[in-house]
Amino acid sequence: MKTSTAISTAIRVQHLDHFFGSGRLRKQALFDINLEIQAGEIVIMTGPSGSGKTTLLTLIGGLRSAQSGSLNVVGHEITDASESELVLARRDNGYIFQAHNLHQSLSAVENVQMGLEVQGNMTKAERYKIATEMLEKVGLGDHTTYYPADLSGGQKQRVAIARALVSQPKIVLADEPTAALDKQSGRDVVEIMHDLAKQQGCTILLVTHDNRILDIADRIVYMEDGRLAAQPEFAEAG
Amino acid sequence: MPGKFNPTKLLQAFQNRTPLGFKQLKHDRLRLLTAIAGITFADVLIFMQLGFSDALYKTNTQFPRQIQTDLVVLSSEAENFGRLRTFSRRRLYQALDVQGVDHADALYIATKEWKNPQTREKKSMLLIGQNPARPAFTLPEVNENLEKIKLPNHVLFDRAARGEYQEAIAQVDAGELVTTEVGLQTVSVVGLFEVGASFASDGAIITSDQNFLRLFPRKEAGVVSMGLIQLEAGADAEQVRANLSTHLADDVQVFTHEEYVDFEVDDIKSDSPIGFVFGLGSVMGFIVGVVIVYQVLSTDVNSHLAEYATFKAMGYRNSYLLGVVFEEALILSLLGFFPSLLVALGAYQLTARATALAISMPASRALIVFMLTLLMCNVSGAIATRRLQSADPADIF
Ligand SMILES: Nc1ncnc2c1ncn2[C@@H]1O[C@H](COP(=O)(O)OP(=O)(O)OP(=O)(O)O)[C@@H](O)[C@H]1O
Ligand SMILES: [Mg+2]
Repeated sequence: MKTSTAISTAIRVQHLDHFFGSGRLRKQALFDINLEIQAGEIVIMTGPSGSGKTTLLTLIGGLRSAQSGSLNVVGHEITDASESELVLARRDNGYIFQAHNLHQSLSAVENVQMGLEVQGNMTKAERYKIATEMLEKVGLGDHTTYYPADLSGGQKQRVAIARALVSQPKIVLADEPTAALDKQSGRDVVEIMHDLAKQQGCTILLVTHDNRILDIADRIVYMEDGRLAAQPEFAEAG
Repeated sequence: MPGKFNPTKLLQAFQNRTPLGFKQLKHDRLRLLTAIAGITFADVLIFMQLGFSDALYKTNTQFPRQIQTDLVVLSSEAENFGRLRTFSRRRLYQALDVQGVDHADALYIATKEWKNPQTREKKSMLLIGQNPARPAFTLPEVNENLEKIKLPNHVLFDRAARGEYQEAIAQVDAGELVTTEVGLQTVSVVGLFEVGASFASDGAIITSDQNFLRLFPRKEAGVVSMGLIQLEAGADAEQVRANLSTHLADDVQVFTHEEYVDFEVDDIKSDSPIGFVFGLGSVMGFIVGVVIVYQVLSTDVNSHLAEYATFKAMGYRNSYLLGVVFEEALILSLLGFFPSLLVALGAYQLTARATALAISMPASRALIVFMLTLLMCNVSGAIATRRLQSADPADIF
């Protein structure tokens, strides 16, 4: 049991601090963060605005380099990693942003293919086939040739999910993926994410303020003033 | 992206990649058209400048190129064919003492007003007086008519001269007598040859040395503009030229024919501001192109910054995004160059018709301008990529 836990740890954060700025403007955003997430776990992180949730997510995703402490994500040591190592670490993650960030000049299926092209191990035809299947899974099988400008907010976010999950990443990092969506499309999007992640066995770390989606989580963590805690009421309930 | 250079692998990688630059350009048609129009404009500008400067060098050295001689003697103060200055004919007699020299002829050259036989307008013409006993130019029509110009005030005229001469030329061709005035004297145009106008002169008249001196009563036979030296068979031109240089006084200089043509071209290139102006014009065209393409590419990069940051977050390297910008640069240079080639060909024809300047499009120039276009677009692309640095994947959440 113990060994298998060690092997299947997807994210391990230990004594992580993070500072923004330098000199007199130097400000600490994260204080001694310790977090361990198992492979296949769905973890939701909540907390007040400015508490450091996005900062932690970008560090785990290798989008900035960690300065101190230890940060290990599916075998990649992020602390003091070079730019090139960070690039490789990013390829194992799928990202879903509040804004969909789809490329305006590419159709839905081409956008999804970009999530495969970065892996550099498939031909164009293979990428096209897999991307089309992925769009079918998110319910957009008949919108593959649409450009982002012609899709609704929820549809765009579903394309973004397809793009993030098409390469079967070990980890999905999502930052308020439902914030720009109405209640129903928000719910749909999260459920699609949940189902696909469970199928592919990938780990999800999701930041949200949206109380309506908390039920998809296996575990909820709470961030306040740069410190991590189990959320009070859930801690009591559990 | 393959690390080592391997053409097949590179081609595969190329075919396999999403043509993102092409898609971005295609997506914003207005931006694409602006860029193409800008590059075409810049290229046409460069084509015209290069065309003009080349025509300038060629047309202003037509006579120097057509002189039929082994060595050329000039005043040491000579600047170019239009401003040769003069020297004493004695130098040519002295030249005959040097071994290898077969004979030496004088050429008299000056500018004088004549009346256009057709319109009666006064125009300035280049007058050339040659020894009618021997050909001085590689112009067959002149050499066939050397007997005619021995007659008093009989002259040959340049059929490609700039101006309205069509009727007069037709009359000469039909064998009719065409007379007009040079200075105060009446001359008969009894034949035609073809050299063409230059920036310096509208055209030229060739006649015998005797006629030349008759038309310029104040000039002396002993003061000449140019000496043409023919060598004996088998003589080494360079050796004889060196001997002549030491043998003759310092008031003259001696060139081989090739050196003399270079001397004329160098004079245009360095001394006349025209060469500089056309060089500057080409550089301006290039800069205009760089500025326009830079504007288009940097606007394009700017409006895709969030998308590029997303690509970086997904694990694309900076070099991939650089590739996108250079792909755009390459496509733009191709799409901009070919229309400019067509426009330039048309403009060359119009210019040739309007000015009688020999302006043509050698393949080498098309190639040079194409290279310049590639350079132009890639320089702009390189500057535009600096903005890629501001695509920070940490900023997109
Ligand atoms: N690039 C930056 N430079 C300086 N300070 C920053 C930067 N990014 C974030 N911060 C600061 O770090 C703290 C944590 O910010 P962060 O964006 O992680 O909060 P958050 O929990 O995601 O908030 P929200 O729920 O509003 O998105 C804030 O005080 C913020 O001002
Ligand atoms: Mg945030």
